[in-house]
Amino acid sequence: MDPSLLLEQTLNGLTLGVMLFLLAAGLTLIFGVMDVINLAHGSLYMAGAFASAAVTARTGSFAAGVLAGIAVGAAFALVLELALIRRLYARAHLDQVLATFAVILIANETVKILFGPQPIFAAPPPALAGSVELLPGVPYPAYRLVIIAVGLLAALFLWWLIGRTRLGMLIRAGTTHRCMVQALGVNIEVLFAFVFAIGGALAGLAGAMAGPILAVQVGMGEQILILAFVVVVIGGLGSVRGAFLAALLVGLTDTMSRALLPSLMRDLLPPAAADQVAANLGSVAVYLLMAVVLAVRPRGLFPAHG
Amino acid sequence: MAEAQATARVGLDGVVALCGLCLLAAAPPVLEHLQADYLLPTLTRMLAYGLAAAALDLVLGYGGLVSFGHGAFLGTGAYVAGALLQHASRGTPVLAWPIMVPGSTEALVILPAAAAVAGILAFLIGAISLRTRGVHFIMITLAFAQLVYFLVLAVPEYGGTDGLMLSARWRLAGLPVRGDAPRYWIALVLLVLFLLAARRAMEARYGLALRGARQNERRLLALGYPVYAIRLLAFTASGACTGLAGALLADVAMFVSPDLLSWQRSGELIIMVVLGGQGTLIGPVVGAFTLLALEEELSALTEHWMLVLGPILLLCVLLFRRGIWGQVIGAAYPG
Amino acid sequence: MLRTPGEPVLEARGLTRRFGSLVAVSEVSLDLLPGECHAVIGPNGAGKSTLIGLIAGELVPDAGTVLLGGEDVGRLDPAARARRGLGRTFQIAELCLEFSVRRNVLLAVQPRFAGPFHFLRRAERLSQLAAHVDAALVSAGLIDRADLPAATLSHGERRQLELAVVLASRPRVLLLDEPAAGLGPSETEALANRLAALKGRFAMLLVEHDMDTVFRLADRITVLAEGRVIASGLPEDIRADRTVREAYLGEMVDA
Repeated sequence: MDPSLLLEQTLNGLTLGVMLFLLAAGLTLIFGVMDVINLAHGSLYMAGAFASAAVTARTGSFAAGVLAGIAVGAAFALVLELALIRRLYARAHLDQVLATFAVILIANETVKILFGPQPIFAAPPPALAGSVELLPGVPYPAYRLVIIAVGLLAALFLWWLIGRTRLGMLIRAGTTHRCMVQALGVNIEVLFAFVFAIGGALAGLAGAMAGPILAVQVGMGEQILILAFVVVVIGGLGSVRGAFLAALLVGLTDTMSRALLPSLMRDLLPPAAADQVAANLGSVAVYLLMAVVLAVRPRGLFPAHG
Repeated sequence: MAEAQATARVGLDGVVALCGLCLLAAAPPVLEHLQADYLLPTLTRMLAYGLAAAALDLVLGYGGLVSFGHGAFLGTGAYVAGALLQHASRGTPVLAWPIMVPGSTEALVILPAAAAVAGILAFLIGAISLRTRGVHFIMITLAFAQLVYFLVLAVPEYGGTDGLMLSARWRLAGLPVRGDAPRYWIALVLLVLFLLAARRAMEARYGLALRGARQNERRLLALGYPVYAIRLLAFTASGACTGLAGALLADVAMFVSPDLLSWQRSGELIIMVVLGGQGTLIGPVVGAFTLLALEEELSALTEHWMLVLGPILLLCVLLFRRGIWGQVIGAAYPG
Repeated sequence: MLRTPGEPVLEARGLTRRFGSLVAVSEVSLDLLPGECHAVIGPNGAGKSTLIGLIAGELVPDAGTVLLGGEDVGRLDPAARARRGLGRTFQIAELCLEFSVRRNVLLAVQPRFAGPFHFLRRAERLSQLAAHVDAALVSAGLIDRADLPAATLSHGERRQLELAVVLASRPRVLLLDEPAAGLGPSETEALANRLAALKGRFAMLLVEHDMDTVFRLADRITVLAEGRVIASGLPEDIRADRTVREAYLGEMVDA
């Protein structure tokens, strides 16, 4: 692969990576602090994307759209926590799976009624619609660079929040010494709701940012949710640092395998078949990565629980 | 006295199950009489899903392991059946290398092959997944099922996202299987055989060990039980029987959809088990019938039937944890 | 030192385990002779639970190993050690609570006759198993509750059941992790009687807080403090040992 293509694919991989991180960070925190599996996390992402697309179309302001996406993601997460998840903390994981699966069904159908089954294509804001010439003769869409920047800023924010604040101290304690937090007399319910809202806000942000590069449509949450699960598993449940590294690893693996396989396949197969084979085998690479990591380290790269 | 109660409970359970079996056995002639035999393929589908759900119950209800990847085994069984039938009708081999595998239209070849391939897959996935616990296990089985999904879609010969249309149907012991009733009988016999065998195994030494490990893994390990191997066997057997159900689905529909491999299908299988009553074997069959009937009825009623199914499911999780069968026979979730 | 003849059935050699910067167990060596009751005592945080975990195989040592009947089992998992004759009770009785009392014992009896991979005959109907199960239930005084779910038993009864389960598995070595914890005085007395009756038939490693029970049962006592062995010997020597009194016994006796 020539260097300019390599640079482009690396950046594409990072774009996917930071998007996955925004989702996986929330998932891994929710698991780590509350020991809850939330399948409906992808629905928060979808809600953020639709809210953002709708508000952007209405107001013409992309920034307003992104803020709406974050707000809707956080609000949806809060409602979900207060109305449902709260009843499931003490329940078996199976009950959590089923209940949040039901939420997916309801959320998807509601969005279908509100926005219709057709995908919405959102445009990036005009100021970011162009390309930046990274190297002479290597243009790259400015908007994607912004996504990477936003993702890295979000990671930095989380690092500050978890590593440098009292709240973060409680979150860290919650993932490793659950009883201790309770013993400190902290209002656990508020802490849990807050962690959920942070997760929702990050998912909403991811949805809002994804709008202009992916189709905004029903079911978009589940596709990325499963990849985010892979990230969480590879990174180690409950570890935000692990989620960050694993997200970049998964993003790069996915993008690179998709970029490299078609040319390999075209040598072996007729072109039409080659693309189909390559596209699907490209998706397989990420799961193979997960299998290899798990075979070596069953608890992921950076497990949070001792 | 507790012993007497237990016997009575088993009795009620058995009586209701026997009545159900009589109803199912009477279905083909009755439906034919009512000129409603167009329903038979639907019932066959329900039986096949019942088999898949009961097979999942071994892992989920008795083993306490939440597998979110059983769609992979269902789909694998279906694709194995589809591939054998397809290649047989085209006269091409399924595999030319490393060993020569010809196509086949013989059910006595197809069904064991579907179970074997799905079982091997389950063994491999289980061997890695069972090293983990809880949420980890759920996510990993889900991810492995996605891997299988994309792998199968990558094979252009089998139709990719369009699925695989079958032009041939299977024969049984060399004889053609004509009409819907014989297909129904095949499915019913397989389901009943599975239920009898699984019920036996769950009351035998193996079953006690599997169920004990769900309740207290630490105790079982401290008594020297090889818990990992016990669970891996349950996972493998469950995957194989789910594959068998997939093969039945392929034949009855003459079509193999990649949807069978999807994570939604894995989720639906879990719903069937819990809706019917986990850890009861018969419950999941009841759950399969209920969910499929509900889907059929609701989708005829409204395009947005998911909006009805979702809340029903939520209510079940929050309020009726024993499932339909558990409520009927009044049994607590068994150990 | 009084020694019953024979090779040790259990031996810990230089066991060390750290958690982060904390050294929970440091170079602990001890042995257990056939038929002997060897008690391990020490104040809270002395590393007794960690030591039990290391011997049973639930924890992996940073250094040192464990020998069972002369065989090095240091790299084996808990189940493999159990199959070589290591039976144990836990601080909180570990039982299959949804199963009946009878089934809990059955689970302990059946591995003696064959592995778990038997699928055909109902386990309860196997007469060769049933006789052993009934005998175990009778001697534990639980025969009249045999068909109740284990979850319905009281705390003390669960301990009795767990002991019955472990004995039914016919171990060579019995690890008892604070068997009297949470029991009332009369229950503790009954337990001590039961353990006294087992003396000589099983080699017992007893970790216990209740000093009356320890001094009544133990042939030898090892004292742990801050992860190290500070004394080991006959009960009367330990009772008289000045360091032990200062580190531990004194406060207990005064309290």
